[in-house]
Amino acid sequence: MPYHYVVLAKQVPDTKRVTGNAMKEDGTVNRAALPAIYNPEDLNALELAITLKETYGGRITVITMGPPAAAEILREAYYRGADRCILLTDRRLAASDTLATSFALSEAIRKLGHSDIVLCGRQAIDGDTAQVGPQTAEKLGIDQISYVEAVTDLSKSSFTARRNIGNGFEIVEGPLPVLLTVTASANEPRYASAKRLMKYKKARTQFEVVKAIKDRNPAATDESVKLEAKTIIDELACRGLVIEEWNVDTIGGKAERFGLAGSPTQVVNIESVVLVGREYKQVKEHEGALSELVEELKKEYIIG
Amino acid sequence: MANFFKDNPDIVFNFETMDLAEIARWQEDNFADKGKFDYAPQDEKDAIDNYRRVLEIVGEIAAEYIAPRGEAVDIEGNTLKDCRVTYNKAVKENLAQLSRSDLMGFTLPRRFEGLNMPNLVYTMAVEIVSRADASLMNLFGLQGIAETINAFASEEIKAKYLPPFSRGEVTGAMALTEPDAGSDLQKVQLKAFQDDKGEWRLRGVKRFITNGCGEILLVLARSEENEQGGLGLSLFLCERSKHVIVRHLENKLGIHGSPTCELQFNDAPCLLIGERRRGLITYVMALMNGARIGIAGQSLGIAQAAFEKAREYAHSREQFGVSINRLPAVSELLSEMCVSIEAARALTYETSRVVDILIGMMRKSESAAGDKEAALSFAKDAKQLSRLASLLTPMSKYYSSEMCNQVASSALQVLGGSGYMKDYPVERYFRDARITNIYEGTSQLQVVAAIKGVTSGVAEKRYLELEAGLSKLSKDFDWMEPMLACLKETRRILAEAVNFAKSKAGGYLDLYARDIVDIAIDIFIGYFFLKQATRSERKLSIAKRFISKMIVRSKMKRDLILSGEESSIQAFDEIVGTGVTS
Repeated sequence: MPYHYVVLAKQVPDTKRVTGNAMKEDGTVNRAALPAIYNPEDLNALELAITLKETYGGRITVITMGPPAAAEILREAYYRGADRCILLTDRRLAASDTLATSFALSEAIRKLGHSDIVLCGRQAIDGDTAQVGPQTAEKLGIDQISYVEAVTDLSKSSFTARRNIGNGFEIVEGPLPVLLTVTASANEPRYASAKRLMKYKKARTQFEVVKAIKDRNPAATDESVKLEAKTIIDELACRGLVIEEWNVDTIGGKAERFGLAGSPTQVVNIESVVLVGREYKQVKEHEGALSELVEELKKEYIIG
Repeated sequence: MANFFKDNPDIVFNFETMDLAEIARWQEDNFADKGKFDYAPQDEKDAIDNYRRVLEIVGEIAAEYIAPRGEAVDIEGNTLKDCRVTYNKAVKENLAQLSRSDLMGFTLPRRFEGLNMPNLVYTMAVEIVSRADASLMNLFGLQGIAETINAFASEEIKAKYLPPFSRGEVTGAMALTEPDAGSDLQKVQLKAFQDDKGEWRLRGVKRFITNGCGEILLVLARSEENEQGGLGLSLFLCERSKHVIVRHLENKLGIHGSPTCELQFNDAPCLLIGERRRGLITYVMALMNGARIGIAGQSLGIAQAAFEKAREYAHSREQFGVSINRLPAVSELLSEMCVSIEAARALTYETSRVVDILIGMMRKSESAAGDKEAALSFAKDAKQLSRLASLLTPMSKYYSSEMCNQVASSALQVLGGSGYMKDYPVERYFRDARITNIYEGTSQLQVVAAIKGVTSGVAEKRYLELEAGLSKLSKDFDWMEPMLACLKETRRILAEAVNFAKSKAGGYLDLYARDIVDIAIDIFIGYFFLKQATRSERKLSIAKRFISKMIVRSKMKRDLILSGEESSIQAFDEIVGTGVTS
């Protein structure tokens, strides 16, 4: 059986483009003010999956959990090389913390049936928790390798990977299936393929099809919208251009484990730490002054 | 994310205001591919959306991937060892990235796995890539080689050789120049002969071959032993093999990422493209025309890169208590750079547009072979348009490459001492710029190609059409009539100059051909700017500036021509001498 790579992806606010109104008064991210992008390290995970497919064959399924607008990053996944894309979207999944998110994702991965390697970015640039990948592996009951930079070998039953351990790397071997979290240093994600883009720019979710019909004809009855949507979806399906939409019912599982109900995390307080320069110190021009300074910085834990 | 398409308002302006729907109609031939290829557009709107999105990919790769590698490519260059060229690592990576994004079969038909993009969009892409790394254009911009194969080779050759081009598995070279045949290609001596089995083989040397190390070479060779002129030459496709040796890699002033090779053909097997004896007069001419527009695009890209750096520097550099861009001497330099880039862009894009329609018409006339009348009518229209294309193509190449040199030089000037140092990329742009008005036909040769159309009335005919189109809009724009009057006056000045030069014998017209072509180009650009001005206030300012300056320039050139000054012909030996000491 060909390899099945499952790649997890998240749409995140582009925190690199922080402007004046990027934060709300309560210290949380103002998502509306920032463009939504494909989480950068998730692109590294997708790139690794694509290179694995190029080398060892197989197919790539990309899953994202998010609001209907997250379909955009699934199209981007298609432009780069995904074979199948699934949008896990449901109001009942709103306000999930890492526990509830990883539960939903693990149920979705289970629902897909067999998978050999689950890949995701090390962490997302909005939350920076780096927890969803590892927690998903735990719930699936499979091994996890974090900080992966490369998969150097792959066979039907095992893999060899290189992981970054901060001051060097280690080579790990293990059995499949496995979940890998991939770092930015792993690769340089490819750009969209022109041909795939021209094809998949037309890929749509059910939600998007319905919304387009309603926008075009606000007076349409639910019945006629449904009918027209079905025709369009069927036509798109013939051309492989439907982005599957899954919800809580599709993946099953206990309701209390999803969304807010399944999220024990509570934000107690958010502190906005602003680093400002307050004083300066002149270093005298004599031997030893520099080493004194270094010693002082060490003592203050500024360097070390 | 940085993007050299999206961050360039003038390319975007051209993209949005040019009639791309018309181009799409010619290019897509009733959208016949839509059921056959999943990436083919359904209609005009879809096609234009594809054009934009593909340019966005090119813009992103150029800004984020290629540009940061430009300096290393320039410093390290490529290497030659044991008669084999190895691309610089960054050059290899750049090509791999472009191939992965399907951009190496940009204009080839879909049945050969290409994107079937029009020339206009390709020219924009060439410009965008060149802004990131001028030398990479010599690989990305060599797609005309595959196109020549597509236009003239047999179906069998096309099916075998074109898909690997589209996939980026092979690159090509056009091997025309020889030690004794540069501008004068009729002197080509490399011999093509048939061996015992009747297979064609090549023997001889080619020099200054851009990407001569490529896998597929299009070689101009003398197949007719007894025919000395251009009619003795045919075009051959030669695969890289042990029979083709790269015996030298040139050490150049600029474009270091582009390997310039000297090739030796040792009875190398090859295939004839099209018919014998048409190599130079038909195929190479077509190839060169495409390549010339490519160089115009490359020139635009280098100029844009240089201008961006100069503008940025002049904004942040303070002297005498102000940003230097507020000093008139500097603001004039920057304004002139900006306007001349946009002028060259308008001319080059219009040329590409005309070529797209021309190719579309020729395709129609071929496919309408069953309907004789329709075929003839398309062929007739195509002939008209091809005269215009033959005028605009050398004009674009000449104007853009000279502009590029001027802009790169001015950019360096704006940076002053810093510009001369290797700390800034401007000195690289300056070096890279210098080839643009030399290769694919020097500026002097472009003038020779363009002067015919100016003196024979092709230009005037087009001016009248452009004038008529704009006159219709004059009721909506009160500035239109006086502007059109200025252009009409310049046309009169041009006619005066042409008539006088024609009346004089002894090479007088050749002597002043460049000045005459300059006036003729200015008039074209004047019309293009006026058309743009109907869509943008800023462009109106540009049009006014350009037209008021061009009238003065044109008068000066005319007065010079009418003066009869020809000492460089009459008194050459006296003034210059031969420089040969006996």
